[in-house]
Amino acid sequence: MSATAAEPWIGRPLKRKEDPRLIMGRARYIDDINAVGQLWAAFVRSPEAHARIASIDTSEAKAFPGVHAVFTGNDLDLEAPLPMAWVPPGVEVKNPPHWSLAKDEVHHVGDPVALVIGSDRYAVVDAAQLVSVEYDPLPVVVDLEKAYEGGDLVHADLGTNQCHEWSLGGGDLDAGFAAADVVVERRIVNHRTAGAAIEPRGVLADYRAGSLTLTSSTQVPHFLRLFLALQLGISEDRIRAIAPEVGGGFGSKLQIYGEEIALAWASRKLERPIKWVESRTEGMLATHHGRDQIAYTKIGATRDGKITAYHTKILQDLGAYLMLLTPTIPSLGAFVMSGVYDIPAVQTDIVGVFTNKMPTDAIRGAGRPEATHQIELMIDQLADELGMDRLELRRKNFMRPESFPHETAIGVVYDSGDYPKALDTLLELADLDAIKAAAPAGKLRGIGYSTYTEICGLAPSRVTGPSGFGLQTGLWESAMVRVHITGAVTVYTGTSPHGQGLETTMAQIVAQRLGCDPQNVEVIHGDTGTGPQGLGTYGSRSTAVGGESVARATAKIVDKARQIVAHQLEAAVDDVELSGDKFSVKGSPDKGMTIGEISMAAYIPENLPEGMEPGLEELAFYDPENFVFPFGAHGCVVEVDPDTGNVDVVKYAAVDDCGPAINPKIIDGQVHGGIVHAIGQALFERIHYDDEGQLVTSNFADYALPSAADVPSFDLDRTETPSPVNSLGVKGIGEAGTIAASPAITNAVLDALRPLGVTFINMPLGPQRVWEAIQEAKA
Amino acid sequence: MIPAEFDYVAPASLDDALKALADGGEDAKVLAGGHSLIPLMKLRMAAPSLIVDLRQLGELKAVSEDNGTIRLGALVTHHTVATGGFGLVSAAAATIADQQVRNMGTIGGTLAHGDPASDMPAVLLAYEGSVLIRGSGGEREVAAADLFEDFLTTAVGEGEILTEVRFPKLDGYGYGYEKFNRRQEDWAMVAVSALVKKGADGTAEDVRIGLTHMGSVPLRATAAEDALRGKPLNAESIAAAAELAAEGTEPPADLNASQDYKRHLARVLTRRALTTAAS
Repeated sequence: MSATAAEPWIGRPLKRKEDPRLIMGRARYIDDINAVGQLWAAFVRSPEAHARIASIDTSEAKAFPGVHAVFTGNDLDLEAPLPMAWVPPGVEVKNPPHWSLAKDEVHHVGDPVALVIGSDRYAVVDAAQLVSVEYDPLPVVVDLEKAYEGGDLVHADLGTNQCHEWSLGGGDLDAGFAAADVVVERRIVNHRTAGAAIEPRGVLADYRAGSLTLTSSTQVPHFLRLFLALQLGISEDRIRAIAPEVGGGFGSKLQIYGEEIALAWASRKLERPIKWVESRTEGMLATHHGRDQIAYTKIGATRDGKITAYHTKILQDLGAYLMLLTPTIPSLGAFVMSGVYDIPAVQTDIVGVFTNKMPTDAIRGAGRPEATHQIELMIDQLADELGMDRLELRRKNFMRPESFPHETAIGVVYDSGDYPKALDTLLELADLDAIKAAAPAGKLRGIGYSTYTEICGLAPSRVTGPSGFGLQTGLWESAMVRVHITGAVTVYTGTSPHGQGLETTMAQIVAQRLGCDPQNVEVIHGDTGTGPQGLGTYGSRSTAVGGESVARATAKIVDKARQIVAHQLEAAVDDVELSGDKFSVKGSPDKGMTIGEISMAAYIPENLPEGMEPGLEELAFYDPENFVFPFGAHGCVVEVDPDTGNVDVVKYAAVDDCGPAINPKIIDGQVHGGIVHAIGQALFERIHYDDEGQLVTSNFADYALPSAADVPSFDLDRTETPSPVNSLGVKGIGEAGTIAASPAITNAVLDALRPLGVTFINMPLGPQRVWEAIQEAKA
Repeated sequence: MIPAEFDYVAPASLDDALKALADGGEDAKVLAGGHSLIPLMKLRMAAPSLIVDLRQLGELKAVSEDNGTIRLGALVTHHTVATGGFGLVSAAAATIADQQVRNMGTIGGTLAHGDPASDMPAVLLAYEGSVLIRGSGGEREVAAADLFEDFLTTAVGEGEILTEVRFPKLDGYGYGYEKFNRRQEDWAMVAVSALVKKGADGTAEDVRIGLTHMGSVPLRATAAEDALRGKPLNAESIAAAAELAAEGTEPPADLNASQDYKRHLARVLTRRALTTAAS
């Protein structure tokens, strides 16, 4: 196959290159990878939410057959506590020390206190039960609002549960509210959820001959190598971090985990490879959670529906410690707090609060689902208050298509957008009114909309870096493209895909530019030992930033290829262009060379231009100038059984715009997964701790992920508004569905319940909560 | 998710299985599918020293009909029950978890386990069926009403194996099964089994109502049954009877369902199940 002008590779719904090995069980995940002489590890975890460690007796565990060593927190002589990457200029962020193994005090159930290492996987789990830990219980802080008020403390030496305050605003808020005829205030809860990747975390640490190879189910192998170096005092050149096949992450593997550091430390100590794979219960207890905000929102508008001001105060439940990005998450939402609306005054005030729970951090959308949920609920609430049609109110306040690039009140510049077009396309896609009207007897149907944008393509380093937002890193991405002597291509990307189909997407980008078949473009990722320095996969960055760096490295290949062709065919370089599968001279399409012929010439350098280096291999680093802002319009119909409170999603339609589609099939798949993820939060999923800080939802029976049987088929469409930020015009899509969908579901439930007098409700919309809301409205 | 150490045998005959159980003592446990036992072992909430796997016992996989009684070997899978055309029994079995569980899980296993959130116990109770239990001392038949003693505790004693499940066919009864759960694959938050025999005059000659997950054992909604028995079957009489469905129950509450909510669900589901059964 080859691309023609009529049939470019970009835009084709190719099946994913990576799927045959994934579907046929040929892929190698961490659980499939073992080293000769490998030992196994198990962690002893705190059953207490908050306690002083009075004593730890490891003697019985050490004597257990097959056990090689048992380590506790004070055995681990690490250079530093676990990392947290945010130092916002001018803001104090209290960061209590967080060690791989707790030293004197445990702060949440699941906090690791000892590491047992032995010869087999079963023995270490048995021996871990023999480690005897005496705990002196301390007061447990669970409720976010109470923790914020004060009282019992998670970290007594901090003197407060408040970690930090951070604000972002623009425009005259007081004048905005003064100009409002109507002001609506709500308390919006966005409850705690888990990433719940199908593949649990796992680590294989192998230190030998002075070098460490650490294989981990991670989204960020390059960060991992850096922090292993800093924590263990090993020179970075002697560390190789590998993310093998990774079975989902959703942000939960965008982390530097204590288990990774502890295993590396122990492997160096014992000079043996050591492996650990978490159980699902451990995963629920000790893999970071997401969301968990309470927002107090206030929106003002004139009687005719022009929004004049929007203020949100957010309490973020941080959990017990700050992990890599824990306190930054609500701030990511603050950048798009006003959504797709042109609001002259916007202010977000965030307070991070410690509780005795597992830390929260980035989970798919990271702050932006919360921000979108808030503004989209408030728009509907405002429409109710004004007696105005919900879509009319939206249209009245949309940023106008001709206003892009659009600088918002807080100074963020949205790259491109056409919000009315997305909404019009949605209304053409599905006749939601007709579906609502067809409610069966005894059931209530409601329609919910969400018109959203998000900020992704992380990130322009000058905005997010140390002197800007305060992340202690750049957020560029790299790519290396190697055309082999036969014309086959290997691409090394610094991103670290784990299920998003990027091997196919990136191959299509390269194939389009080189006139070759994407099947002959291999994409290598997730290994610090093979490719250039990179930064990983998160924040819907892998195509907009990683893909653009692939495009830029490929452009350098194309430049050199054109020079070779011009030299060999005795033409001017400017006259050489790709036509079909050949680089040919303008006007004489028969005269040309394929990329294979060009690479042959490059590697057998008998006839290259004077002074040209042999070879056909290029590297590019790309730091974006701005974020990208995908957007769209989602609409759904839900059916509520007023007798039981049960909610069914009857129809879900979505129009998303992530710029020109590279692979529409992959985009649809990402949107499907994203919507299910948000339906999960809206209706089913909930991480719940009881009053003693015990995790009630520690497995998939209690933590209810929806299955295919619980969600409808989706009607999807796209609009394509190119971004001016990168040469591909692309934006992100991995998080979009999750960012858009929870308010659409919630608004639909409220629309269905309106005849019964229910005016507001918070997720998760399980049947008992919906039924109780109906009872309260009746009372 | 690693269970504690245990021994495993898969005997070739029922006698060998009974002997293995007797030799294993109180920490020996029967495996008949394993979809309840193995998760408990992986969570280390159960730690049997010996597993006696019944998988090789072909004699416990038989399905037969005898004099108006359906006889199901203990190892008959939920899938076989679901597709067997056994009225309410099949309708309820078809809702158990997902297809993979239905392919492995067995009717004997679920009844011997006695989880009040599982589907089959209340169905057996409503049918007034029975089970056969074999031990070293011989075989006994135990009525459904005597089988379920407490949460996860049944009349199947140490060293005994539940071998057969018996349902009367109940020709002439209509049935309805209403199961309420959050997700398709979940255990019932509450489920209601209803069996109604309509007399020639349109009155309810007999009414049986089984309640799932409304107590530590499956229950009969006797007040509702009594209220409807002998009455004309119509929307009003059914609604009035269903109002009594939760009478006297102390359902176990959890994160997703309070006692009050479960009692309410029992009333709603009873009305629906009776309506279907009477139609």
